[in-house]
Amino acid sequence: MIAAVVILALLGAWEALVRAGGVDELLLPAPTQVATALWEDRGILAPDLATTTWEVLLGLTAAIAAGAALGVAMHVSPPLRRALRPLVIGSQAVPVPVIAPLVILVLGFGLAPKVLLVALVCFFPVAINLYDGLRDTDPDARKLLRSLDATRWQTLRMLEAPSALPAAFTGMKVAAAVAVIGAVFAEWSGSDAGLGHALLTYNGQLQTARAFAATFLLFALAVALYGAFALLERRAVDWTPRSA
Amino acid sequence: MPIEVEAPGVEPRSVAEGGVALAGVEKAFGDVRALAGVSLRAAPREVVAVAGPSGCGKSTLLEIVCGLTAPDAGTVRAAPAALMPQRDGLLPWLDAVDNAALALRVGGASKREARAAAREHFAAFGLDGFERARPPELSGGMRQRVAFLRTLLAGRPVLCLDEPFGALDALTRAQMQDWLAGALAREPRTAVLVTHDVEEAALLADRIVLLSPRPGRVVDTLEVPLPRPRHRTDADVVALRERALTALGAA
Repeated sequence: MIAAVVILALLGAWEALVRAGGVDELLLPAPTQVATALWEDRGILAPDLATTTWEVLLGLTAAIAAGAALGVAMHVSPPLRRALRPLVIGSQAVPVPVIAPLVILVLGFGLAPKVLLVALVCFFPVAINLYDGLRDTDPDARKLLRSLDATRWQTLRMLEAPSALPAAFTGMKVAAAVAVIGAVFAEWSGSDAGLGHALLTYNGQLQTARAFAATFLLFALAVALYGAFALLERRAVDWTPRSA
Repeated sequence: MPIEVEAPGVEPRSVAEGGVALAGVEKAFGDVRALAGVSLRAAPREVVAVAGPSGCGKSTLLEIVCGLTAPDAGTVRAAPAALMPQRDGLLPWLDAVDNAALALRVGGASKREARAAAREHFAAFGLDGFERARPPELSGGMRQRVAFLRTLLAGRPVLCLDEPFGALDALTRAQMQDWLAGALAREPRTAVLVTHDVEEAALLADRIVLLSPRPGRVVDTLEVPLPRPRHRTDADVVALRERALTALGAA
């Protein structure tokens, strides 16, 4: 409710600013112009949205699989953790625009480099949050499992994994929110479709309203993905007390 | 797992039949001495209460009996023991039946077998109708009963109960103490009951071991040859409580 009011107020102020002639509409189109572009160009934008959505979904899936495997591996094996941690953290310090052209060069202009770049941006929050969640398992509960002579695998399956599930979802929600960035950079470095590609094209053509429409779709995609994971979390983690 | 540290002067047979024998157990965490030469014996099917002030190493003692912690010195002989930790240790994502069945699942039973075996006890434990309730939906007393059932179903001859009713309100605690006395009468086990409540010790135990503040050492051992069921208003129970408090230096 409050979110809607805030957004409407911001849009209203933005509209008023542009209408009053404060900004060149080639730089900043009014929200109504963006909405018009969104509607009129829906036929052009829809395939781009589909392309980017597909890249993001595949990349996220790969990131969750790889991130989960990495998080569990780092939790279970201290030597592996010591060996991988600098590499994992360091991978996040490399700017995507730097490696994107490299990845494109190696993997070509198809779907694969986009998926890889999305996965590269997304696996880190998944792995680190899962790892932290596994590590933060209640020590008393761990003691209880140990007193029952539970094996390492049983402790992981019956105690640590469910206990880390909320943290894992935090990681997946963060990943869902930033996945779009990976797709856009990948498309900028070499592609002929997708919202990132559209953005670049329309900016070059000074079709600012259309570029903003594409940006809005990226925004909506990130919000929708985040919402999907939040919904999934409500169903999967149904034991924690939730405040409204 | 049974802990077998060879020691003279303890009876291996009693241990094999479900007893516990600790002698001269020392434990320190860094510079903090938790236990200073504690000896403790529980014959098979005997209930021994360990009472003392907070921070006298009572929980550490139980962990040593359960084999979760190794002593720095001293000898430990104990039949396999199941731990009922402080604050019940129920897993919030499991319902009451799954929590009670946890030990069976760890022991290799299928989910169905384990649930069926645990559910059989629900009526006797006053948990009828709460099979599918998650821990936050259970009252404090119910949570303790689920935790106790989980401990029993571990199928170990020794039960290590760590302040089982410490977090309950006075009325519920009194009810649960009577309930536990009944449960142990129906299903006799060797039990080491850690508590800071000497009345609880007098009501439930065959013997009360009194520990000093840190580092924990045995200040006195009181035999409790009273018939059961006992009531907290029995003259003998009241007298015993006073003796225990005096020995602990609190009265």
